Amino acid sequence: MTRGFRIAFRCVIIAIAALAAVLIASTILWLIGADVSDTFFTIVIEPLSNMLHISEVLIRAIPLCIIALGISVAYRSGIINIGAEGQMAMGLLAFTGVALAFPDVPRPLLLPLALIASMIGGGIWGFVPGILKAKLNVSELLSTVMLNYIAAQFYSLCLRTIYLDPAEQVYGTGTPQSMRLTENVWLGRISGRLHYGIIIAIVLAVLIYLLMWKTTMGFKMRASGSGARAARYGGISVGFWLATSMAISGAFAGLAGGVELAGVHRRAIEGITNNYGFSGVVVALFGGLHPFGILPASFLFGLLIYGSTLAPSKVGVPANIVQVMQGIIIIVIVTAQMVLSNTYLQDRVWRKYQALTKKEA
Amino acid sequence: MDKIKSLRMEHITKRFPGVLASDDISIDVGEGDVLALVGENGAGKTTLMNILMGLYQPDAGSIIINGNAVKFRGPEDAFRAGLGMVHQTYMLVPNMTVTENIALGMGKNLPHRGGGMDLKTVRKRIGEISQRYGLAVNPDAYIWQLSVGEQQKVELVKTLCLGARFLILDEPTSALTPQEVDELIALLHRMTDELSIIFISHKLQEVKALSNKVTILRHGRVVFSGNTDDYSPQEIAAKMTGHEIVLPKNKGNGKAGDVVLSLHDVTVMSDRKTKALDALSLDIKAGEIVGLAGVSGNGQRELAEAINGLRKVEDGSIIFFGKDIANKTPREIIDSGMGYIPEERNTEGIVPPFSIKENFVLKDISSKTFSSAVFVKGKQIDSTAEKLIKRFDVRCPGIDTASGSLSGGNIQKVILAREIERHPRFLVAVYPTRGLDMGAVEFIHAELLKIKESGIGILLISEELDEILDLSDRIAVIYKGSIQRVLERSEATPERLGILMAGVKE
Amino acid sequence: MLDIITNMLSMCIPFSVALLLASLGEMFNQRAGVFNLGCEGVMAMGAFVGMLIPFLAGHGGAVSEWYNLLGFLVAALLGALFGLIFGVITVTFRAPQGIAGIGLQMFGVGTAGTLFRHFVGGTQSIPGISDINIPLLSKIPVLGDIFFSHNIVAYLAYIFVPVAWYILFKTYWGLKVRAVGTNPRAADSMGINVSRTRYQALVVGGALAGIAGAYLSIAQAKMFSDTLISGRGFIAVALVYFGHWHPVQIMGGALLFTFAQTFQTVVQSMGISFPYELAVMLPYVLVIVVLSFTSRNQTTAPTALGKPFNREIRT
Repeated sequence: MTRGFRIAFRCVIIAIAALAAVLIASTILWLIGADVSDTFFTIVIEPLSNMLHISEVLIRAIPLCIIALGISVAYRSGIINIGAEGQMAMGLLAFTGVALAFPDVPRPLLLPLALIASMIGGGIWGFVPGILKAKLNVSELLSTVMLNYIAAQFYSLCLRTIYLDPAEQVYGTGTPQSMRLTENVWLGRISGRLHYGIIIAIVLAVLIYLLMWKTTMGFKMRASGSGARAARYGGISVGFWLATSMAISGAFAGLAGGVELAGVHRRAIEGITNNYGFSGVVVALFGGLHPFGILPASFLFGLLIYGSTLAPSKVGVPANIVQVMQGIIIIVIVTAQMVLSNTYLQDRVWRKYQALTKKEA
Repeated sequence: MDKIKSLRMEHITKRFPGVLASDDISIDVGEGDVLALVGENGAGKTTLMNILMGLYQPDAGSIIINGNAVKFRGPEDAFRAGLGMVHQTYMLVPNMTVTENIALGMGKNLPHRGGGMDLKTVRKRIGEISQRYGLAVNPDAYIWQLSVGEQQKVELVKTLCLGARFLILDEPTSALTPQEVDELIALLHRMTDELSIIFISHKLQEVKALSNKVTILRHGRVVFSGNTDDYSPQEIAAKMTGHEIVLPKNKGNGKAGDVVLSLHDVTVMSDRKTKALDALSLDIKAGEIVGLAGVSGNGQRELAEAINGLRKVEDGSIIFFGKDIANKTPREIIDSGMGYIPEERNTEGIVPPFSIKENFVLKDISSKTFSSAVFVKGKQIDSTAEKLIKRFDVRCPGIDTASGSLSGGNIQKVILAREIERHPRFLVAVYPTRGLDMGAVEFIHAELLKIKESGIGILLISEELDEILDLSDRIAVIYKGSIQRVLERSEATPERLGILMAGVKE
Repeated sequence: MLDIITNMLSMCIPFSVALLLASLGEMFNQRAGVFNLGCEGVMAMGAFVGMLIPFLAGHGGAVSEWYNLLGFLVAALLGALFGLIFGVITVTFRAPQGIAGIGLQMFGVGTAGTLFRHFVGGTQSIPGISDINIPLLSKIPVLGDIFFSHNIVAYLAYIFVPVAWYILFKTYWGLKVRAVGTNPRAADSMGINVSRTRYQALVVGGALAGIAGAYLSIAQAKMFSDTLISGRGFIAVALVYFGHWHPVQIMGGALLFTFAQTFQTVVQSMGISFPYELAVMLPYVLVIVVLSFTSRNQTTAPTALGKPFNREIRT
């Protein structure tokens, strides 16, 4: 098999996969009577049309990137974390708790403290399914989903009770939310609403690269994920690394929540998690589970998510369309990966191709 | 139903990625013939039979039965034509009964009553077949309750119940004791009155005892076909490997030292929560190879895992250089100098997606040699890997190649290289040559003997009696989780070992 | 107090139907060796089309009972289609089942929500399916309310439990399903088409999940919303583990979880002073607790669960 053929095979499969994804999404759009090309334009191109839009895209890319980095660590360690949504919520709660408890501590101390608290909050929420998997073989797919629902309820409960803005009680608007957090936990803004969280995200990407490929920890986590049995036989305590990777993953999701609060919302309110936890799974997969792939992937999905918020008013397409697209993208990615790694298929196509070229010659 | 008077496979070619598994193979079997299909591991015997059963589609060639060309799209077509195969790994569903397993293969012929299966009729049919051929099976037993020998009987009954008039047996003796082998050969002899048989083997005594025709495959090609009686086992062996390979033997070089590994009344549970090791005791000295003989499933796997800290020891002690290592973590046991070649080389020995160099350092990534503080020393790992692939002759594109893409023999060399480079004080080797070709077997046997001669003790677990007899200083026989007897090499014969393996106390 | 308990118990059977049907469907999937985490998405699609049909037929008003049944039928067909799609992804292309299931879940939930906004719009309720009081039996005090005054689908779902048992353990198809989920290589060598059998199980499982979703919208909530399913699909998957892949034990699990879920209704309607959110959490917490106790040492688990089969690759 020639190198050229291999590259061509890859390109064709990827092209077919992309085409399939667009086709399925178009079908759904056609079903609801939307103008397909207008919709794609609104979601994918329009958000790039001016700086304001682009900064909104970047704002959404920041939590996506941080969450996806965490998910990639867990995924490479052999555990699929779809609980980032709940871990992020726990991060929000921890961050808010610190901010409300110590409003007078100066910013250089309080901001890092609150961010660390958000990591601990999310980390614990990630560690639980990790340790349950390691010790009791509980499917992380199920436990993390359940923990998402639990966290969501717990978050509402806190907003309605201990975190409730005293002003809300007076005016009784019925929106469960905390009071505006002290300026001492705010992240500065670069332009518009775009905040310095973007620097945090990029630095974390580099750190994750170093962790996974340059340290013994990363080696052991990757070994646990790529061949748990062999890793165990090789003296690596797979369970420990599973739980650790989930704690890291959860801490990143929690941190994403903290950064989001500090940079954008600056008060705890319903809807901050905004499905970022699930989108993070798609970003991680799309980025090839590699930090330097996740950076551009998070921008792309930030674009989709922001674009879909424009869709209802501009082309009459519900914002749920982004969830549809993400589902399609996951399915297409995992399917295409199997086709690409199928050496039998590649071999068969190669022989057909050879037979064809021979006939012509 | 028609008898199968002749069966021919002509010019069969089958390709797998990177391998030509069958290269223009033709074979011919007549009525009442017993054809031995002989060849090394990887020669393409099983692939050819899977093609005959319709499990694989050939890229070219044809199958001709009684003069008519046939095309099998799946095993059901082959059954209908009267073929039946007993695979090397038994094709039985463990959590179903014998009757259910046989009903499963009956397809459209399965009798029904109402909407459900009529298992009573199936059970009756099983009774008839077992009587007729003297194959006693309990139709209501679950497969997982049966021993390997009993499962083989179920396989035979199943094949016959499905109406086979032509039997294909893939390495039917590999898991049996020598006595069970004799029984099987006698049974098959009786069957040849009614059936033709193809059987796959690489054991030449059986080929001589059972077959009237022999076809030898090497690297996917037929290198020889003829009448068995015209050739001696030595002649067939030479044709099989293509060149004379004399496997190295343990000549008793080097001196056995003190006892270094001492198992005392070790009890361990299996995955099914039954006793896998039952108060097992065994001593192994430095500089000796102790071969562990036994029918597979008698606790061999669990023993190796218990020694290496991978399975909980319920009771007893494992003294290794004076320290009890029972229930220590795998890490602690590795650090105390234990080397291990595990049973499943693809899932236990290496991390398949990891590169060769990463697998070399799998056990030692945190050692001072390969890391400083928490960072890995990339250059150090590269140079070690380069050295090892040269010394152990690992055939690969480079040290960054994914280990899972290597052949079985090369994977085993990677594992062996890693374990030897670690300078262990003891080595547990489980089925170290299973499925490898003779060249790789020779290499691994020679390395094991070298290790032994350097004064290291080895526990060799194998199901190949020849391997055990060639390499061991002493031979321990395991039966139902305890040691039946330990024999000096000089006292051991295949017959004597066979009796012990079957559980008979001397 | 007795009132509260009778009330909770009488909710158990009708409220458990969706979980029960979805779990039995997932049981067929897993018995055949396919782990379908997309159950949640299939239920969402079923719930949406299930309510769409009576909604369109009656323009939001009263409709003949037949339209409700038509809703169930279409939901079953759509569910079967989703099963087929999942078969293409995981059986034909052999994609890893866990993550592919997450994809299907997102796709199903997202599509249901998208289509709902277009075809129905905001919160719209439908009259829903009516209860059938079984003559005489429903008059028995307490027991009559608990067992004999429910809708037709609820009765059928419970009748389906022994039927599922019979299919799985007494028919040839059930034998094939169990074989391909335990030792596909053996089944293959005996002439059983592993892929086809897995596809069939996925279609059956998908149809059941579709009906389960439709039950939620037509019979239980009598409306559709994005949060209607809220994890029931995942709980259904967990129930299969809890019930050791056995229909009767799965039924027990479905009842137990429904009992836990009715607690929130009780809290809400009876004005007990207990944080509502904690009551809602209860079934989810229960899932984790139950999984913690049952996941280890699963000897009854189909051994090929989650493993794609490829005849040509030997392991």
